[in-house]
Amino acid sequence: MIRVSDVDKDLLEDDGERPRFWGRLRAGLGRTRSQLAAGVGNLLLGDKEIDDGVLEDLEASLLQTDVGIDATREIMQALTSRVKRKELNDTMALHTALATLLKEMLRPLEKTFSVAGKKPAVVFFVGVNGVGKTTTIGKLAKYLQDTGARVLLAAGDTFRAAAVEQLQRWGERNEVSVIAQPQGADSASVVYDAVESAKARNFDVVLADTAGRLQTNTNLMDELKKIKRVVNRLDPAAPHEVLLVLDAGVGQNALSQVEQFDEAVGVTGLIITKLDGTAKAGVIFAIARRFCQPVYFIGVGEHLEDLSPFNADSFVDALLAID
Amino acid sequence: MFEHLSERLIRTLRGISGKARLSEENVSAALRDVRMALLEADVALSVVKDFTEQVKIRALGQVVSSALNPGEAFIKIVHDQLVSVMGEANDALNLSTTPPAVILMAGLQGAGKTTTVAKLARLLKERHQKKVAVVSVDVYRPAAIEQLEVLADEVGAIFLPSNAQEEPLVIARRAVLEARRQFADVLLVDTAGRLAIDEKMMDEIKLLHGVLEPIETLFVVDAMTGQDAAITAKAFNDALDLTGVILAKADGDARGGAALSVRSITGKPIKFIGMGEKTDALEPFHPDRLASRILGMGDVLTLIEEAERKVDKKKAQKLARKIQQGKKFDLADFRDQLQQMDNMGGIGNMLEKMPGMSQLPAAAQSQVNEGMFEQMGTIIDSMTPNERRFPDVINGSRKQRIAKGSGTQIPDVNRLLKQHKQMQKMMKKVTKKGGMRKMMRGMQGMRQPAGFPR
Ligand SMILES: Nc1nc2c(ncn2[C@@H]2O[C@H](COP(=O)(O)OP(=O)(O)OP(=O)(O)O)[C@@H](O)[C@H]2O)c(=O)[nH]1
Ligand SMILES: Nc1nc2c(ncn2[C@@H]2O[C@H](COP(=O)(O)OP(=O)(O)OP(=O)(O)O)[C@@H](O)[C@H]2O)c(=O)[nH]1
Ligand SMILES: [Mg+2]
Ligand SMILES: [Mg+2]
Repeated sequence: MIRVSDVDKDLLEDDGERPRFWGRLRAGLGRTRSQLAAGVGNLLLGDKEIDDGVLEDLEASLLQTDVGIDATREIMQALTSRVKRKELNDTMALHTALATLLKEMLRPLEKTFSVAGKKPAVVFFVGVNGVGKTTTIGKLAKYLQDTGARVLLAAGDTFRAAAVEQLQRWGERNEVSVIAQPQGADSASVVYDAVESAKARNFDVVLADTAGRLQTNTNLMDELKKIKRVVNRLDPAAPHEVLLVLDAGVGQNALSQVEQFDEAVGVTGLIITKLDGTAKAGVIFAIARRFCQPVYFIGVGEHLEDLSPFNADSFVDALLAID
Repeated sequence: MFEHLSERLIRTLRGISGKARLSEENVSAALRDVRMALLEADVALSVVKDFTEQVKIRALGQVVSSALNPGEAFIKIVHDQLVSVMGEANDALNLSTTPPAVILMAGLQGAGKTTTVAKLARLLKERHQKKVAVVSVDVYRPAAIEQLEVLADEVGAIFLPSNAQEEPLVIARRAVLEARRQFADVLLVDTAGRLAIDEKMMDEIKLLHGVLEPIETLFVVDAMTGQDAAITAKAFNDALDLTGVILAKADGDARGGAALSVRSITGKPIKFIGMGEKTDALEPFHPDRLASRILGMGDVLTLIEEAERKVDKKKAQKLARKIQQGKKFDLADFRDQLQQMDNMGGIGNMLEKMPGMSQLPAAAQSQVNEGMFEQMGTIIDSMTPNERRFPDVINGSRKQRIAKGSGTQIPDVNRLLKQHKQMQKMMKKVTKKGGMRKMMRGMQGMRQPAGFPR
């Protein structure tokens, strides 16, 4: 008999008979395989009957991918109700249904990133410390240049040691100018200068780096608001995009990041970095349930070309890929 | 959710008071609360399972004493189990080897390694009077070496130069020789961030480990990390045989479940936690205190210890005496007071560690912001000694001069003068009611874990 697997009750109970799921999962963990793929791969091993164990394993794999309790519960409820209605009869069908459901959840997050017609479009990069803001600017500069746009970078991180030099290095790689002032300068004034200069020199887009900051640090969040206010003076529509960068390894704290950065400066889009590692940002499913910002890009490495537009289907396929 | 776990448990277990023992049935709901809280806190699933299992074993058959209600008794069990999983006490750094004692840093990209090197250098220098050299073998990340150079300069460590065209192994070998030649006690080696599945990079750090023969190999992990913390920590531990862990970026609102995961997966002690971007924001890791904090009991012990270390005792005593004698608390005293608060990591840092303070609404917390202190200090610095002693002489034109000198506006100066007046008033009250002593006793009281929330 199929019982609705309730995260609260059953999730962590071991019935002692099945090999411990964790051990099994570890044993089969391939090189770049995601936790989820490792966890649900066994669904594809044959058209087995769907029993409690199968559902509990699936639930565990979702949690191990940082999907979070609420989103996991929702996904499990959707799937188990279909199992109950006999719409899904074997593990293969369950796997397919899972893939479809996950894709449906993420599809609303797809959106093409466009800076056309703004002259200059002002794009802020914000996020907590070390997530990959500066590196993503380097990659996006190339991406936009390849579409023919004229790009200017603003070294708005005037706080962290050598943050300016880091962005300048990316500027050199792309042969793109970087507007900068020495460490310790006022971040808002750097970004202001860049926008002003982009206007004067007829650039298409300004990519503005900002210092990493934890969303709970009210002073630093206020500083971000100030940058926005100041740039607003030059162009009431600026910044046209405020991109929040998320690290694929982040756990449930990502929800607080989206919420608080949005509250402070109005996040218009997300970028997920470091998806080339073992972490696969499962928290994006939880984010998709609660927020409406699109995911514009994903980062899959530290090189110039390691950026690609977000596509829900390929994201989920990669998440579930077993090769 | 972590902050509220203790309250939730008390609620869940309220029904069972009167029963003599905790039993399988009456704790099952509470165990579920614990599971949920730990999962929401990003503790790795496997660790959650083991943890709740252990709590269950500990809890079953416990006699509910009359001193504690069942909720409190259960919290104590969870707390004790947290402490025991996270290690009984803080492990200090091991430096007992022929100098230079090499400390190798490892971790994922952006975890906080370079910043932590600077923090460790400062700590070893200031608190352990060590001569510290640092070197970067990060030849990959743009401006990584410059970043370390700037930080080394800031904390007064010897910076051993390297450049991005060199082989990391070559840099490492030279650095050890150079550190020895300069009689450094400690050599901190900053490495590039790397993914645990990047075989080439993992091989590189294994070779570095072989060449450097570090006495400490520290894994730096971001406190905001989710379930991946367990996987990555295991991979780094297998490759390098870590000696310890540093939890960086613990100053935010992340539940920090990664700490529990990493500790139980690797079995290696968490030695420090990073509490901010500045180079002094590194604190020894005290498992018992973190457990208390997790359960919403505050971290008053760390605060008191820190206060003792940083507050300039002489000045504090002088001020206390002055106030007791009924003398006026002038602007110069105010300036000292501000400095001392700043030394303690600012008011935000202090508040955070008080029990219950983390629940303070963000709006209230932001009222006392850090930059404020700095600005107030600058304003006072722009006054003449006479003005500091007799603030009443500060008239319109003086205000204008002070504002100009400190790069602020007249309203800022006015605000400062008003704040000083308020402080003066408060000081008077404190001395009248023998309040100082009362305040101290109040602080002491907070140390007692007996003060379980409600
Ligand atoms: N593997 C991998 N590493 C990345 C990716 N994106 C960035 N990184 C690395 O992550 C680290 C931090 O990147 P930064 O661009 O400096 O991050 P940031 O958000 O600007 O950091 P702060 O300015 O200090 O807050 C660097 O080592 C980058 O090379 C990615 O997609 N994959
Ligand atoms: N809030 C906060 N930020 C921190 C802490 N430790 C480091 N950071 C910040 O995190 C970001 C990354 O730190 P780095 O020291 O550059 O990290 P890393 O591990 O050396 O990065 P890579 O060399 O690129 O792998 C920087 O913005 C630091 O200022 C901390 O304890 N708290
Ligand atoms: Mg940056
Ligand atoms: Mg570094």
